[in-house]
Amino acid sequence: MIRFEEVTKEYPDGTRAVKNLNLEIRKGEFVCLIGPSGCGKTTTLKMVNRLVEPTRGTIYVDGQDIMKVDPVQLRRRIGYVIQQIGLFPHMTIEENITLVPRLLGWDKERCRRRVEELLPLVGLDPDQYRHRYPRELSGGQQQRVGVLRALAAEPDLILMDEPFGALDPITREALQDELKKLQSKLHKTILFVTHDMDEALKLADRIVLMKDGEVVQDGSPEDLLRHPANDFVAAFIGRERMAAAVGATPVEELMIRRPVTAGPNKGLAEAVQLMRQKRVDSVVVVDEENRLLGVVTAREIQQHRDRARTLGEIMSGEPACVEVGAPVTEALQRMFVERLDHLPVVDRERRLVGLITRTTLVDLLSREGWPNGSTGGSSQGVSA
Amino acid sequence: MNEWERVLRVLSDPAVHRAVWVQTGQHIYLSVVPVLAATLVAVPLGIVLTRARRLAEPVMNLVGVLQTLPSLALLAFMIPLLGIGRLPAMAALFLYALLPILRNTYTGLRAVDPALIEAGRGMGMTSWQLLFLVELPLAFRVIMSGIRVATVLIIGWATLAAYVGAGGLGDLILTGFATVSAGHIIAGGVPVTLLAILADWALGRLERAVTPRGIRV
Repeated sequence: MIRFEEVTKEYPDGTRAVKNLNLEIRKGEFVCLIGPSGCGKTTTLKMVNRLVEPTRGTIYVDGQDIMKVDPVQLRRRIGYVIQQIGLFPHMTIEENITLVPRLLGWDKERCRRRVEELLPLVGLDPDQYRHRYPRELSGGQQQRVGVLRALAAEPDLILMDEPFGALDPITREALQDELKKLQSKLHKTILFVTHDMDEALKLADRIVLMKDGEVVQDGSPEDLLRHPANDFVAAFIGRERMAAAVGATPVEELMIRRPVTAGPNKGLAEAVQLMRQKRVDSVVVVDEENRLLGVVTAREIQQHRDRARTLGEIMSGEPACVEVGAPVTEALQRMFVERLDHLPVVDRERRLVGLITRTTLVDLLSREGWPNGSTGGSSQGVSA
Repeated sequence: MNEWERVLRVLSDPAVHRAVWVQTGQHIYLSVVPVLAATLVAVPLGIVLTRARRLAEPVMNLVGVLQTLPSLALLAFMIPLLGIGRLPAMAALFLYALLPILRNTYTGLRAVDPALIEAGRGMGMTSWQLLFLVELPLAFRVIMSGIRVATVLIIGWATLAAYVGAGGLGDLILTGFATVSAGHIIAGGVPVTLLAILADWALGRLERAVTPRGIRV
């Protein structure tokens, strides 16, 4: 969708805002450009719609070299949202939203319908708001309209330059949530500039961290949190966030993927044999379709060895378990509170997918807040 | 016959009434034409200056100098160039009207929030669209108040046009001076004042009427 090739922006006074940038943004990606002020992120963004023109290098949008396209035509097919909101105060909400469509020559009826489609997307009633003026709206409402205005002419690509930077924290968060929801519906390609790491982590599919006109790291929010490329990235992200991110890791990343399982009809002796062979202290009991039935530990077998014959007879009735996607902190908390040694992980149909054990906690600790820490998700061997 | 009776006699003289009507008409003509002409020149010039900012300072200074010339001197200066009559008077008044309109056009356009201009450009407006859809509407109030100031100013100064034989309510006032007749001065002065007040009010109403609700103060 967008490709930067060896792009450099040098200002007449010799400052190089962007140095030799190579970056490719795929269709449908939500990419956050982030970095301290003066890192070149806004310049990078503005080069896409030619508000700033590169000194060297080529930028392609949809495969076209943008320097060979009429800038006015180029901009009309790229949505643009700025921090200062930039709604025209002398135009109604409707006129603001339909500005680009009108420039493109849409007829009145089509513009009107588009407004009726768009306003409800951000929870504004068209009949109530279309004829209002921007100053009659709150800051948050204004920027909602600002976002709609960028969407109005149905561009595939939207540029957002710190769009929520001027809003109060509560409004900002609400708008972030709405944007995320919108994006999951619309699948636009979005290039989003911010200096707020929380915002980037929340919204982006991919984060490009810049410093002094160069890309320092380019990866998913996960990548940045887990494997910051250097101390600058780690410092920029902040230790707290990295620790929090580890806690929010879904259970499937830390669980043992192939726990030792057995059917309920397995004899106790056989089960003990199996556990000895695999060097584990428990087996997960499942039915033929791999549905979780219970967990049986070596100690339980020992206790019931005289009275029972099969695993099915001694396993506890309603075994505790967590679903895929639950944060690992939740799993660990349950293990602690309910005094569990093992916590099976199941999918929606209660089919067993893995097992969380106390060694999982050790794995987690080894990652916490440590740049270049354990790569995680690879704990093998020590099973239940 | 005391002073008051003399004044009343003049003011009730049908010939003076007629003169008031005729000269009011001339006065309006003498004022409106230069202001219109100045608007037609100063607004585009002001727009050009915002595009060529290096020129703004010298041009503004030049127009400012015209403003500081004593009005009578400027009128006198016009006589060798354009003779006597309406033309030199209107030329001088035109030059006077330029500055307030030019200055307000320039500052009004400069005062438009750069973020809005960037938003407009970023959305794909051409510079003409930007000018007519964004900049001029937003600067409209300031430009309009420049025109208002110029109009009131010119209505006042147009009384001096009588000195170069251009007519207008200045004639009555000059007659009053020449014959030491307060009645004539009042007969000329009061309509001039009323005209100025009326013009200010009317332009104020017009300004409000055409300002979109979103930017009214």
